[in-house]
Amino acid sequence: MSEASEVSVAAEAGRIAVRKTYKLYIGGAFPRSESGRSFTVRGSGGGFLANAALASRKDARDAVAAARKAFPGWSGATAYNRGQVLYRVAEVLEGRRAQFADEVRLATGRSPAAAFAEVDAAVDRWVWYAGWSDKIAQVRGGANPVAGPYFNFSVPEPAGVVAVLAPQDSALLGLVSVIAPAIVSGNTAVVLASERYPLPAVTLAEVLATSDVPGGVVNMLTGRVAEVAPWLASHMDVNAIDLAGAPGALADDLAVAAADNLKRVVRLPTADWTAEPGLERMFGFLETKTVWHPMGM
Amino acid sequence: MRFEYAPAPEARSIVTLRDSYGLFIGGEFTAGSSVFKTISPATEEVLAEVTHAGPEDVDRAVAAARQAYERVWSVMPGRERGKYLFRIARLIQERARELAVLETMDNGKPIRESRDTDVPLSAAHFFYHAGWADKLSYAGFGPSPRPLGVVGQVIPWNFPLLMLAWKVAPALACGNTVVLKPAETTPLTALLFAEICQQADLPPGVVNIVTGDGTTGQAVVAHPGVDKVAFTGSTAVGKEIARACAVSGKRLTLELGGKAANVVFDDAPADQAVEGIVNGIFFNAGHVCCAGSRLLVQESVAEEVLGALKRRMAALRLGDPMDKNTDIGAINSRAQLEKIAELASSGEAEGAERWSAPCPLPDRGFWFPPTVFTGVSQAHRIAREEIFGPVLSVLTFRTPAEAVEKANNTPYGLSAGVWTEKGALILWMASRLRAGVVWANTFNRFDPASPFGGYKESGFGREGGRHGLEAYLDVPGGGDV
Repeated sequence: MSEASEVSVAAEAGRIAVRKTYKLYIGGAFPRSESGRSFTVRGSGGGFLANAALASRKDARDAVAAARKAFPGWSGATAYNRGQVLYRVAEVLEGRRAQFADEVRLATGRSPAAAFAEVDAAVDRWVWYAGWSDKIAQVRGGANPVAGPYFNFSVPEPAGVVAVLAPQDSALLGLVSVIAPAIVSGNTAVVLASERYPLPAVTLAEVLATSDVPGGVVNMLTGRVAEVAPWLASHMDVNAIDLAGAPGALADDLAVAAADNLKRVVRLPTADWTAEPGLERMFGFLETKTVWHPMGM
Repeated sequence: MRFEYAPAPEARSIVTLRDSYGLFIGGEFTAGSSVFKTISPATEEVLAEVTHAGPEDVDRAVAAARQAYERVWSVMPGRERGKYLFRIARLIQERARELAVLETMDNGKPIRESRDTDVPLSAAHFFYHAGWADKLSYAGFGPSPRPLGVVGQVIPWNFPLLMLAWKVAPALACGNTVVLKPAETTPLTALLFAEICQQADLPPGVVNIVTGDGTTGQAVVAHPGVDKVAFTGSTAVGKEIARACAVSGKRLTLELGGKAANVVFDDAPADQAVEGIVNGIFFNAGHVCCAGSRLLVQESVAEEVLGALKRRMAALRLGDPMDKNTDIGAINSRAQLEKIAELASSGEAEGAERWSAPCPLPDRGFWFPPTVFTGVSQAHRIAREEIFGPVLSVLTFRTPAEAVEKANNTPYGLSAGVWTEKGALILWMASRLRAGVVWANTFNRFDPASPFGGYKESGFGREGGRHGLEAYLDVPGGGDV
């Protein structure tokens, strides 16, 4: 297959397609890497798809700063509001099914039907998590019957800024399955997209940018896991890290680096992304806060 | 005005100290490689000789725990496990005074605290968790959650028996067996607890207690036969353990340091707030990870609150921990005293103003007077570092937003306090303080049903309540509650 043929599939015959520049997504904007670097992304057949931004340490730190800035607003939003925003993501993604199916197919070489199935599952996953936003506190928290004249209750709260290493083997569904559980409870995220499939991640960022997700809540980096992930794992203003996309040996190193400021480390067995997610990922980025107050006259 | 009190010492005779204690392994006290002495920090007298567990002793303890896990404890029905825990709770109650006296002798804390707080709460922890043992299927961790196996637990010296209870009770209720390493300076109540396990006919090897120093703790944590590690102690050591467990893949929960803000608003009832401040920082001589060591007081009432606080501090009684009227006991060790003194002098060197309650210090033992620093800035070490002693740093604020900003300006996140009459402000503050426990119009309350644990560098996992069970069950991602 020629290089040109892969990217022009969507274009009509005889028309020169307007290609997209795939950039990073930081603080609600789409900058290139400050390093000026990019890397070639090829389709499943080996043909050229696009040049993606090759994120640097500086980009990662900018993304953390943007995520930190967005945290008070997003964690302070009502659960109902966050649920609606996540549902809005599903709506907007649904409207772009064909585009995402194309991207998944080009990236992975899956059949059109399989690509559509993955996109549909990704839409449904947003819907699933949207419904969780205002239920987590009741499942995870509650009143504690202490032996004294006190009202005492525990509530789950977001851990803060979460670094998410998206799974390498999934172009869209795995990506959605690690972003949604982090942000549904009010965390903000710095996501490092799959190295093999960075383009659907950048396009997903366009969906997030137009779905009422406040800028900075999700920041998308594309680049090399081995280069960028260590900076995220050792960053003192990151509160938690999901190691889904880190290969075993690197994951050990990242978990060790994460101990520098005692990040919450979510390191779950490889998931079947098509199965209904458990609660571990969502709960892994939560703290429990317990509040006491005396009762009396 | 100064009231004179006649001495009211608690009798020591209820405690029968042995000259020497072995390691509690496989249900029996056994000899180890070497011995060390434990002293009373209030008098520096030697209380007993205790065995130092070396690596081969830890090997034996882990092997005993493994055998008990596989043959007895993990296959025993939950309702039977629960009965053993109920027995232990009752035995602690029956021997409460003996435990309290021994705790005060070994630790230096006032008998009033060990008698009214440490020991009753320890019994309550076993009683609470006993009831969970046959109800784990309803705890929200799946239909039949499994235990993890052998648990290695390392605990600190500030609440020796209570920390043992926080660790051992949930571990056993969930079906795990335990190798516990008490703190080097406070091993005696753990060894008395070993006798209680014998009296309860707890199957041998379910609880093993290995005494020693940091190297013993390290051997427990690093042992390949240990499936899960639970540690309470300093953040620096906690980080080391986190690094080790990141590679070994062991489950881990950590309860580490803190630098809690106690926030007093201008409408707070002054007397109650002052009692709360005093309880927050001088309870257990400030040897408390969740101590309210940073007082944030609203500028408009700062002078008034400080005046009342100093008057109250001047009435605190420091001295013989065995005296029932004593408020402030001994510092637990010479090393800790030096640490407190060093940090306090840094406060003076950095320009804060020091005021200590005018109380005479005993000639022998380790003592530090209740002390308050004013004119403290957020950059001062005494405002940033955990002091773990009776030393309070005072900062001021003008608006609630500034209070939140300053309170959260720390890598720790264990606890916080709020004092105000405004209900809406309490809840607003409670939702914004980044801490695992928020005490509103109270401070330093603990209960087995109430989850306890920190945000950020104060550790992860919770102890107590339904939440605390997760740390001892085989739940994917368990521990990081």
